[in-house]
Formats: sequence, structure tokens, C-alpha cells
Amino acid sequence: MPATDAAVRPPSSAPAAHRPPRRRHRRLRLVLRYALLSIGAVVVLFPLYMAVVNSLLAPSQIAHQPPPFFPLHPQWGSYRKAWTEGDLAVYLRNSAIQTTVIVAGQLVTSVLAAYAFAFLEFPLKRTLFVVFLMTLMIPFEVTIATNLSTVSSLGWFNTFPGLTVPFLATGFGTFLLRQAFLQIPRDLREAAQLDGYGHLRFLWSVAVPLARPALAALGVFSFLSAWNQYLWPLLVTGNDNSVRTVQIGLKQLINTQLDQINVSLAGTVIAVVPLLVLLVVFQKQLVRSLTSGAVK
Amino acid sequence: MSALRSRRHREWGLAYLLLAPALLVFAVFTFYPFLRNFKLALYQNPPYPGLPAHYVGLHQVGSVLASTSFHQSLVSTLLYVVMVVPVGLIGGLLLAVAAHKAIRGMAWFRLIFSSTVVTSVAVAAVVFGTLMDPVVGLLPWLGINPHPAILENPTWALPAVSLIAVWQFLGLSFVIMTAGLQSLPDEVLEAARLDGAGGWTMFWRVTVPLLSPTLFFGLVVGTIYAFQSFGQIDILIGPQNSQFTHTDVLLYSVYQALSIQDNPGVAAVLSIVLFTILLVFTLVQLRFLERRVTYAGN
Repeated sequence: MPATDAAVRPPSSAPAAHRPPRRRHRRLRLVLRYALLSIGAVVVLFPLYMAVVNSLLAPSQIAHQPPPFFPLHPQWGSYRKAWTEGDLAVYLRNSAIQTTVIVAGQLVTSVLAAYAFAFLEFPLKRTLFVVFLMTLMIPFEVTIATNLSTVSSLGWFNTFPGLTVPFLATGFGTFLLRQAFLQIPRDLREAAQLDGYGHLRFLWSVAVPLARPALAALGVFSFLSAWNQYLWPLLVTGNDNSVRTVQIGLKQLINTQLDQINVSLAGTVIAVVPLLVLLVVFQKQLVRSLTSGAVK
Repeated sequence: MSALRSRRHREWGLAYLLLAPALLVFAVFTFYPFLRNFKLALYQNPPYPGLPAHYVGLHQVGSVLASTSFHQSLVSTLLYVVMVVPVGLIGGLLLAVAAHKAIRGMAWFRLIFSSTVVTSVAVAAVVFGTLMDPVVGLLPWLGINPHPAILENPTWALPAVSLIAVWQFLGLSFVIMTAGLQSLPDEVLEAARLDGAGGWTMFWRVTVPLLSPTLFFGLVVGTIYAFQSFGQIDILIGPQNSQFTHTDVLLYSVYQALSIQDNPGVAAVLSIVLFTILLVFTLVQLRFLERRVTYAGN
């Protein structure tokens, strides 16, 4: 996908006499722009690049001064170690389960609620919509004191329900999908009604397919936030591995194997790869969800 | 007539049924715990865990708000936000302006610039923690040898954890600024260019003013993000060192009161403070979303 946009350079219509200096000027500016872009890219990528380099070095080499900036003799053993001794395979599996449940749950509850707000008339509609809006004003962080005791009293401490159920609904997602549903022409609903479509059938076979871009945006956004959660998994997972997610696993990795920095960095690289893939594949959807409200 | 009414009632029933799952989750895990903060704040937990908390009225609220540790936490949080948000926004804006031209390879640059949006705080913490390590990191090579080490240093620990947040926020900032730039009307920019505005004048006199809603949106989103971060502090500094390194930001105090001191009452008081500060910003954020809604709705 990247590198497909070709150079857009409008044919110069300037008189021949002016051409050489102008052209040189333009070329200089282009070179300058690429230089600036490259500096930016180096700054942004440097930390992750160094993580990859250090993960391939022996611990003694990492401490070497001046620091090596390129792994001349890459040692891939650290990745195997992180995977087995660091229990990374278990953490990744747990994160995959946690994330899948949250994404699926958020999509389902948001589709249902958004449909009600977009296509149905019922008493207290405005009030209930405000209630959904109000959830956006209460950051999850300010609810942890009670949520922790709720989850414990339900017997959900250190379980997947404890990790996921509090996140199975989202005001933001409902919002995003309601808007997508509102774009669907009302005539379509009326036509479907004449054809004998009930609400649920219309929802499933017309509204959901038409709102696919918004669903994708919400799905990618939910995936990103669920996978990267730190505070809640830290609070509700115990001292064993059974449901610990990869983010908390990283903390464990850096705490227990201080002399094995290459192993914890290998673990870090493994943990970030799924999301880089997500970014490459779903860049457009991700941008769309992150900028909702930024531009009209 | 009655058939019509029964159909309408069926529609009502269906609507409530569709809303029920989300409302149930919100009731149990958003509204109830939020409101219960105000009750928890009035009950003091005894120093021995297991004993019941007893009612002390506003006494606990007063003592928490008057404590030096709270004041220090508040100052740390504000310093942290002030270090993270402007730098992140300006960095994102510069990258977005540099990337706002259809030239060869730009898709790659855009991908790189937005990449930190997907890196988690744990990943960022481990990566930067290694780079800042006094033995294996880059600082000795750069001739920077603070004593005590940077992450245990009362002066440098907070700027260090802010730097991590800046890097992490850069991706989101770039994405927001790029969306803003792409929404600017080309005709206006073209007209300014024809009027002879050079690159720099153009940037300050035309681009920045036109971009001000986006900058404002970025400011709000960035501030909310900064107030909610604490992961890198938990991983790199930890509960033992956070107080004397002045890195115990509000959310970290909430976490410590709850998880380490086992004191929900204090956690509740601090949560209410955090909520109150964030309310200003979440309300503005809501207005942004609402503006879009009225567009779509009408």
C-alpha cells in the first residue's frame, strides 16, 4: 500500500528564460523536505530500532561503549527464550482472548444500541441518548475503586470475565455507529418494510452491511485500546500466568530478568508486532476513528 | 387504531431490548462505581485491612486535600501535562506539515510518523527504559551521567517519563494534524500563495489560523491522554521511588491508594479530583463530537 502515490509535479508553464533558477529552487526545496522527513523518521523510529538491535545482541555487547548500532552477529536465541521462559506465548494467547471478547462485545452492543437510536421511536429517547453521552465524561480510571470490589465480589478476580466484561459497551462506539446509520436513507427502511422486513432483518441485512466502514473503524479502535490496556489488567490479574495479558507480562519480563535485557526487548518486539500489522493493514480505519470530531 | 398502537408498543419494547445490554454494562461498571466514589470518600479505612471502614464525613476529604503528598502529586501531574502536550502537539504539527505534499515515498513517511499510535505504554516503557539505563543505555556514551541515575533522580525522573509520553503521543498528534491539514480548503492556500506568501509567512499567517480548531482538538485530546497516563511510571520507577522522584502523578496515587495501601476511601477522593479536572476537557471533547452529530442528524 505505501509508496504508491507517484510524484505529482505539474508541468512547468514558466517562460523558458526563468526556468533554470526556478527549477533549481524547486529541487532544493524538495531535497530539503526529504531531509526534514528523514530526520523525523529517524527520531520516531530510533527507539524501536534500538530495541530490535539490542534484542539481537548478547547482554555483554549491549553494555559495550560506544554502543553498537547494528547487530553484526545477531543472536536469535533471545526470541526463543522470551517465548518459552518469559511465557510470552501464554501472555499473547491471553491478550488475544481478552481483545477478541472486548472487540466483539463492543461491536454487538454498539450496533444494537445505535440501531435503536437511529431507527426507532420510543419514550425517553433523548434522555437515554444523554445517558450514553455521559459515559464519555466518566473516564474508566475514576471508577476503578469500586469496579475492583465489584469484580472481586462476583468471583471474577483473575478471570477473563473480570478482564473484559466492564468494557463490553462503549458510548463512543454507539455514537460512531448511530451516525453511520443516520446516513442510510429513510426511504430504504420504508421500502424494506413494504417488502416485509422486520427491524432485526433490516438491521442485519441492510443497515450493518451499509455501515461497514464505521464498523471497521470502531473494530480497529477497540482492538487498539483493548490490546494496549494497562491499568485494569494490572489491577485484576493475580500473581499467576493464567489470564495475565502481554502488557503486564512485559512488566514481569523486565522485573525478573534484569540481566537479560535482550530477552525482555525480544519480548517487547514480539508484543508490538501484531499492532504494527494492524496499523499497516487498517491505517485508514484507524485514522478515521482517532480523528472523529477533529474535522467536520 | 389499536393495531397501530400495539405495533408502536412493540417498537418501544424492541428499542429498550436493544439498549439493554449496553445500559446494563454502563449501570454496573460506569455510573454505579462513579457515584459510589462520593460515598467511599466519606468512609475511612482502618490501618489494619479486614476491619470495616467507618464513617468520618468530610474529614477524610479534607485531610487528603490538605496533605503534602496530594499537593506534590498535583504539581507533578501539571508539570507532566505541560511537558508532554505542547511538545507532542508541535512535533506532530511539524511532521504533518512536512508530510503534507504528494511526493514519492510519502505513504511510507506517514506510516512511520503515525506508528507510535499503536505502541503500548508498556512497550514504550521497556524500550526507553533500556535506552535510559545507566549501564546499558545510551546516556553514558552521550556523556550524560546524572547521579543518582536518571530514573531515580528527583530532578530528571519526571522529564524522563514525560519524554516517553511525548514520543507515544507523537503518532496521535501527527494523525490529528494531518486530518486537519487535509480538510483545509485548497483554494485559500492557493490564493495566499498567489498573493506571494512565502513558506514561513504562509505557515504562520494562513495555515496555523485555519488549523486552530484542529490544534484545539489536539490540545484537548492530548491533555486527557496525559492526565490518564501512569504506566511508564509504574514500570520504570515503581511505588517505592515514585514519591521522592516526584513522579507520583494523580492516577498513580489513585492506583497506589487502591492497590498497594488497600485504601478505597483515599482512592475515591483522588478519583473525584481527577474526574473534576478532566471534566472540563471531556465536555469540550463532547462538543466536538456533538458538532459532527448535528451535521449527520439534520
